[in-house]
Amino acid sequence: MSQGPSAPGTLEATRILTKSLDCVHCGLCLPVCPTYRETGREMSSPRGRVYLARGVAEGSIAFDDVVADEMGLCLGCRACETACPSGVQFGALLDEMRAEVERRGLRGGLAKRIETLALRGIVPHPARLRALVSLLGLAQRLGLDRPLLRLAPAALRERAALLPRVPSKADRAPLPALVPAVGDKRGRVGFFVGCIMPELFGDVSHATVRVLARNGFDVVVAPGQGCCGALHAHAGDSERANELARRNVTAFDAAGVDMVVVDSAGCGAALRDAGRWLPGTGERLAATVRDVSELLDAAGLRSPPGRIDARVCYDDPCHLVHGQGVYEAPRRLLEQIVGVRLVSHEDPTACCGAAGIYNLTHPAMSSAVLGHKMRALAAVDPDVIASGNPGCIMQLRAGVARFGLRAQVVHPVELLDRAYGGPSRAPDAPYL
Amino acid sequence: MQPASSRLIDALRAAAGADAVLWRAGELFVYECDALTHHTGRPAAVVLPRTADEVAACVAACAREGVPFVPRGAGTGLSGGAIAFGGAVVIECARMNRILEIDPVDRVAVVQPGVVNADLSRAAAPFDLHFAPDPSSQQACTLGGNVAENSGGPHTLEYGSTTAHVLAVELVLASGERVRLGSRAGGEPGYDLTGAVVGSEGTFGVVTEVTVRLTPVPEAVETLLAIFPDVVSACHGVGAVIRAGLVPAALEIVDRRTIAAVEASVYAAGLPLDAGAVLIAELDGPAVALPRQVERVRTLCGANGATRVEVARDAAERQRFWRARKGAFGAMGRLAPDLYVHDAVVPRSKLPEVLEAVCAIGDRHGLTLSNVFHAGDGNLHPNISFDRRDEDELRRVLAAGSEILELCVRAGGVISGEHGIGAEKQDFMPLLFTPDDLDAMRRLRAVFDPERRSNPGKIFPTTRFCVESNPKARGYERVSFDP
Ligand SMILES: Cc1cc2nc3c(=O)[nH]c(=O)nc-3n(C[C@H](O)[C@H](O)[C@H](O)COP(=O)(O)OP(=O)(O)OC[C@H]3O[C@@H](n4cnc5c(N)ncnc54)[C@H](O)[C@@H]3O)c2cc1C
Ligand code: SF4
Ligand code: SF4
Repeated sequence: MSQGPSAPGTLEATRILTKSLDCVHCGLCLPVCPTYRETGREMSSPRGRVYLARGVAEGSIAFDDVVADEMGLCLGCRACETACPSGVQFGALLDEMRAEVERRGLRGGLAKRIETLALRGIVPHPARLRALVSLLGLAQRLGLDRPLLRLAPAALRERAALLPRVPSKADRAPLPALVPAVGDKRGRVGFFVGCIMPELFGDVSHATVRVLARNGFDVVVAPGQGCCGALHAHAGDSERANELARRNVTAFDAAGVDMVVVDSAGCGAALRDAGRWLPGTGERLAATVRDVSELLDAAGLRSPPGRIDARVCYDDPCHLVHGQGVYEAPRRLLEQIVGVRLVSHEDPTACCGAAGIYNLTHPAMSSAVLGHKMRALAAVDPDVIASGNPGCIMQLRAGVARFGLRAQVVHPVELLDRAYGGPSRAPDAPYL
Repeated sequence: MQPASSRLIDALRAAAGADAVLWRAGELFVYECDALTHHTGRPAAVVLPRTADEVAACVAACAREGVPFVPRGAGTGLSGGAIAFGGAVVIECARMNRILEIDPVDRVAVVQPGVVNADLSRAAAPFDLHFAPDPSSQQACTLGGNVAENSGGPHTLEYGSTTAHVLAVELVLASGERVRLGSRAGGEPGYDLTGAVVGSEGTFGVVTEVTVRLTPVPEAVETLLAIFPDVVSACHGVGAVIRAGLVPAALEIVDRRTIAAVEASVYAAGLPLDAGAVLIAELDGPAVALPRQVERVRTLCGANGATRVEVARDAAERQRFWRARKGAFGAMGRLAPDLYVHDAVVPRSKLPEVLEAVCAIGDRHGLTLSNVFHAGDGNLHPNISFDRRDEDELRRVLAAGSEILELCVRAGGVISGEHGIGAEKQDFMPLLFTPDDLDAMRRLRAVFDPERRSNPGKIFPTTRFCVESNPKARGYERVSFDP
C-alpha cells in the first residue's frame, strides 16, 4: 500500500517490524503514558503507537500524517518501557519511526522550524551557542529581555518564559582539564560536559566536578568531546547522532578513564545508547557511562560536613529513571545530607513535559503534562525540588513560577556541593 | 468495515465535541482489537465522551443514523469484547475517569466507568478501604470493563468477583434512555437487574456510572511462596489447603515457563528459575490468627511435595511477588509476538488431571503453552505463545483452544471464568447451553436492547465466519453477525 523508504520488506521496515513484534498488546503501559492520560486516545498511547508502527511496516495502513503526528506528540519519556513486562524498546522504535517521518518529509510548520534551527544551527556549534547565551545573559542583566519579548509573537513569548537565568561568568568559565581527587583516591573518571550544560548550567557542572573530587575521584575533562546527540536521535536525525557519538567515543577513548560520569540525565541515556550507532566502540563507551548519582551511591558517599534544613522533593528525570533505570541512588544521596527531609509526591516518575525541546515544539501538550506534575508537587509544598536534568530543571522552574510554588529547583549535586561547603572552603585544593 | 458517513461524524461531533471524534483510517486502525489480537473489527468512528449526557447524545446519534455502537474501556479485554463489528461506533469511556464520591461510612464509591481499577483503590486507601476485585490488569483496566466482564482476580477466592461488589449502575440504553438500577444501600427488591448488567459484556448499553462496595484493608497479610517440582503437585497443594478448611485470600500457581519470562522482565521478583511451579498463597485477617495459618499452609504444601516454602519478609517483598504474578501475561511477549490467554473453570478437585491433559494438548499441537492461574478458584489460564502471521500455527492454536475448552466442559467446568465470551468463544456456547437456554438469554438482552445495537455480534453463537485470505490481516474477520 505505502511506497517509499519504509515500504514493507525494506531494511527500515524490517527493523521497525521486529521491534514492534515484542508488544503483546496487554495495555499495561497505558496508565503511565502522559499523552494517553491527557487524551484517552488509543493512538496516543504506547500500545497504539507500537500498533501504528507495525501497521506501516506491514503495509496495513498508509504512512500518513496520523502516524507522523503521533510520533511527534510522543514525549519520548519512555515511562512505557518501565511499565512494559514484554521488554518493548519503545525509545529505539520511536527514533526509527521519527527518522522515517523525516525521510518522508511528513513534518513541517513552526515546530519543525524551531527544531531545525536549534538542532542544526545552534546546539552542535559551541561558539554560536556561547554567543547566544552571552547575549541572553546581557539582556537579562540589563532588564531588556522582557520589553524585547513584548515585541515578539505570542507563541514565541510563551516559549521564552522557559529560558533560565544565565549563570554568572565565573560559573560559565571552562572546567579545568584535570581536577585531582581529594584524600584517598578511588578512581579516575572522565566528566561529560555536554553542550547546553556549560552555558546555561555551568554552576551545576562545576558543582559536579567538585563533588566528584571530594569523593576521591580524579576528574578528567577530555578534550574533543561534544554534544551527546540525544536531541538529534529523538528528532529522527540519525546521521548527526551517529557523527556526534563517534566524536565522543574518540575523545573518551583517548582520555584513559575508568568511567564516564554524566550529570545530565538526557545525555547519559544517549551515551548509554552509543552502541546503537557504533557497534563495538560505542558499546564499550556505553558500558562505562554512569550518572553522577549512581557513581557516588555505588562508591559510598563521603559524609558531607554541612547541613541543609529543608524539605526536599526529588523528581525523577525520565531519562534517568526510565532511560537508565536509576531510581534509588539520588534519593539515598540526598538523605545523607544532615537536615534534609526527603518528601515524596504522588507521581515522581511521570514526565514533566520538558522532553528535550518538546516544550518548544508542542507547547499545549507540554503545558498540560506540566500541570499534572505541578499539582502533585503543590500538594506536598516542598522547600526544594531536586531533579538531575537541565531540561527538567528549566521546565520545573517555569512550572514553579506559573503555579506560584515557593520551591527552589536545583540539581541534586548542587545540594551535595552546598553541604560540602561549595566552591570556596577547601584550603588544600585551589580549584575547589 | 464500512466507511463512516460524514453525517454520522457530524452528529457525533455535535454530541461530544469536535475533539472527541476520531474517524481517519490510522486512528481507527488502532481500535481494531483489544488484548486478544487475533480477532479484529474496525469501527466506523470512535467517540470519547466525558459525561453521561454526552454518552446519551452519542447513542442517540447512532440510533438516528442506524449504526450500532460498542462501549470500550482500556481495551485490555481478552475475549474481543470491545472490538467493533458491522461498522459500529466505539464509545470510548477513557475520558469519563472521575471518582465522584467515596463514602467511608456507607463504604461505597461512586465512579464514572473510565476510572482505572487500581486508581479507585489508591483513592480509597486513606480510609483504609479498597476495591476488592483485582484483575492482573488492574493498573490499566477500567471499572466499566470490570462490570461488563464481571472480572475477577487473585483475591476473588476470598472476596468474590465484581458482581459481589456492584451495588448500583446507571446505564444508557441503545434507545438513548438513561436508567438507574440497584441502590447504594445494597439489596434490590424484586429481580436483581443490577446483577444481570454485571457480566453483560456491553450488550445492554453503556454503563455511565457505577456504585461499588469498598472493603476494609485487612489488618494483617502474609504471603507465602511454595516451590513445587511441577504444576500437578502444586495443584495437590491447593486441594490440601482448601480441604483443611482454610480460607486463603488468594492461591495462585505460576509455572516454570512463566517464571522464566517474568524473571527476564522489569517485574522480576527473584522467583526460583529451577522451580517446576510456585504457589503464591496469601492469608489475611486479624494479626493474631495468621501465624497459625501460615504454619498450616507451610506444612500442607510440604506434605504435597513442596521443596521449600518462603514467607514474604515485608510489604515490599509481597508487592514484588504480586507485581511478578500480575506482569506475567505481558512478560510472555518475550516468547512470541502473540499470546492467547485461555480462560476456563473446572471443579478444584479436577485441577491436577485437567492440567496434565491441557499440557498434553499443547505438546500434541507442538505449541508453547504455559500456565499461570487462579488455582484456588479452579480458574485455568493456559497461555499459548504464537505468531499470528504464521497461518499454520494460528490454526493449531485455535484447534488446541477448542480441545482445551471441550476438556474443561467434560470435567464439569465452564468455558469462561472471568474474561467473558465476547467474539472469542461465542461458538463454544452450545457446548454448555441448549438452544432454549440461549433463547432465554436473547430475550433477557432484548429487554435492554431489543434492536441489538449495543455491541452486536458478541456472546451468542454465529454460524458463518471465515478466515481472511490475507494472512497479514490478522486472523478472523466476521463477515456477518446476527445472533
Ligand atoms: C495483562 C492482563 C491481565 C488480565 N487479568 C485479568 C484477571 O486477573 N481477571 C480478569 O477477570 N480479567 C483479566 N484480564 C482481562 C481484562 O483486563 C478484564 O476483562 C477487564 O475488566 C477489561 O477492562 P477494560 O477496561 O480493558 O475493558 P475493555 O477491554 O475495553 O472492554 C471489555 C468489555 O467491556 C465492555 N465495556 C467497557 N466499558 C463499558 C461500559 N462503560 N459500559 C458497558 N460495557 C463496557 C466492552 O464493550 C467489552 O465488551 C486481564 C487482561 C490483561 C491484558
Ligand atoms: S515515551 Fe512516554 S509519551 Fe511516548 S508512548 Fe511512551 S509513555 Fe507515552
Ligand atoms: S506494556 Fe508493552 S507489551 Fe503491553 S501493550 Fe504496552 S508496549 Fe505492548
